[in-house]
Amino acid sequence: MNVAALGAAELRNRLHGDGLVYRVGPYAVRLRSSIDQVLSAFSCLYADYPVEPDDGFADFHVYVHRPQNLRRWYRPQAIFEFDGKVPFKPLPFSQSYPFFEWGLNWCVSNHISNHLIIHSAVLENRGQAVVMPGNPGVGKSTLCAALMLRGWRLLTDELGMLSVDDCLFAPVPRPVSLKNNSIDLIANFAPEAVIGPRCEDTVKGTVAHVRAPADSVARAAEKATPRLVVLPQYVEGANAQLIPLSRPEAAMQIAGNTFNYSRLGLQGFATLTRMIDGCRCFEFRYSRLDDAIDTFEQLLVGGEG
Amino acid sequence: MPPVLLVNILRNPELCRSLSLREWDLLIRQARRSELLARLHHIFACNELIETIPEAPLLHLDSARLIADRHAVAVRWEVKQIAIALHDSGVAPILLKGAAYLIGELPPCFGRVFNDIDIIVPVERLGEVESILFLHGWASYGMSDYDKEYYRRWMHEIPPLRHVKRKTVIDVHHRILPRTSRSQPSSDKLLAAAVTLDEKTGVKAFAPIDMVLHSACHLFYEGEFDHGLRDLVDLDALLTEFSSRGDSFWSDLMDRADELELLRPLFYALRYTRDILGTSIPGSVSGGGVGTSFIGARWMDSLFHRGLMPDHASCNDSFTGIARWLLFVRGHYLRMPLRLLVPHLVRKAFVEDMKS
Repeated sequence: MNVAALGAAELRNRLHGDGLVYRVGPYAVRLRSSIDQVLSAFSCLYADYPVEPDDGFADFHVYVHRPQNLRRWYRPQAIFEFDGKVPFKPLPFSQSYPFFEWGLNWCVSNHISNHLIIHSAVLENRGQAVVMPGNPGVGKSTLCAALMLRGWRLLTDELGMLSVDDCLFAPVPRPVSLKNNSIDLIANFAPEAVIGPRCEDTVKGTVAHVRAPADSVARAAEKATPRLVVLPQYVEGANAQLIPLSRPEAAMQIAGNTFNYSRLGLQGFATLTRMIDGCRCFEFRYSRLDDAIDTFEQLLVGGEG
Repeated sequence: MPPVLLVNILRNPELCRSLSLREWDLLIRQARRSELLARLHHIFACNELIETIPEAPLLHLDSARLIADRHAVAVRWEVKQIAIALHDSGVAPILLKGAAYLIGELPPCFGRVFNDIDIIVPVERLGEVESILFLHGWASYGMSDYDKEYYRRWMHEIPPLRHVKRKTVIDVHHRILPRTSRSQPSSDKLLAAAVTLDEKTGVKAFAPIDMVLHSACHLFYEGEFDHGLRDLVDLDALLTEFSSRGDSFWSDLMDRADELELLRPLFYALRYTRDILGTSIPGSVSGGGVGTSFIGARWMDSLFHRGLMPDHASCNDSFTGIARWLLFVRGHYLRMPLRLLVPHLVRKAFVEDMKS
């Protein structure tokens, strides 16, 4: 059963009550929230996600709620709880939904050690996974949303989970977070895209999430082999241009974009270099999404056979 | 009070064979909150139970264990740096608690994660040690002038020192309880009995008996019990290990507690390791005779049996909140006379809160 099949009333009951347990890739999340924005965004963006039995095991217990003090009314806030502990300061109430998504990123990146966690978007097409690490603002999420809306399978837009056992990416396909101008850009690029509520004035500016394709959610148990590392850079007016990058340089770039590289020690290094050895690596400058997608399609052809 | 699954498993790890996934869910959460996840992995591994654990909870146990093992490597290296820094001064740092267990490879070290490295040095060398550590990159950080002054005047340690590059934190102690504490165990006696842990670096730790007493004193003079159960597990492991090394352990322990004015915390340590974790302690040993009435003991039981449980919703009853608060007040009261405590708590509650 998926979230949509629960029906609005039951979804509300569970979020308000002991929580709804849903699955995203390897993880079961128990989400509780009494906040309408979380309920409406969740029912819109998570319609296709499997619901897990209520009496099973949940990896992360998450609760987003309003404080029981003055800040319930005066400049209202939202609180994120990880199983009863509050790891962050509250955020403005209007950011309740993105707070849930950011908080869940923290849960995964702080508690999971059987994967090297790379701050990157990862997508797959024809058996080849492309890893796009990058600092905020380089256009990684925009490119990620565009590719997935053109049929690439979404593994993640934020947390690339590279297994230390088999060096494959485990999909954790969650809604893709867009910022500022990217939101309209993607809405125009793919009018069929389902985009959740816009939250203004966050630390990242205006934020909205795009629903992950149903196919990506359905195939969340299918791991993918890393074949391409692409460091994107949005450059206004630029033609799409791939610049080959040496493997050591690519490895250093990725190491600087991981959450737990040093925590994994030698195992982190071994996993990273093993991945890089199987990848072609590029820097990529672009300004037009259609050009970018053509370039990525051609890269796939180059990697076949 | 509700029975606590984590405690049942600590007492009898074999019970994990019959846990439902729902119970595993609860166990992992209670253990995470108590900072006992990696320890639990160690306990299951010692009992050859890892194979029986379902995949989903095992992921969290494995992850915690990996972090703990990595942490151990980092702490060993950091301790070496401290020893190198202090080498020329001739002050051999005496490691306390977590770092001592790790370098001494004592049973509590397996799967134990801690934030700071605690050392103790002779009070007359304190200034020198602080300057040397400063030259090697450890400096006090992010604390208000009021807090720094508070540490220096009243506490048993100087303000924590953080390494500018690695961000590791050292707490440098000169005694084991605050200057203002009602009980004043002699630092000279503790330091004089310290033993060398590692010939190469020269780092030391308290003698086994003193280590137990320090652990007990640390736990039962504390006001906050976030790691109460973890600390009790430490005590259980220390008592079990040291009592197996020699017959005179228990009587030596009692004598030393008396000498150091630490009979009361020892009494609690023995009472609650036995009551809660089932630690094997001879019936004749209780640390009793310290003037606790029957009613007094029952009353403290009702507080500690709550305070020492995981600070998790599943372990609470309607009295838990009050019990924790009373223990908090008690901890402060034992460490500071009221004429100092009240202004301090008022300031903490209002002035600092308004600043943040």
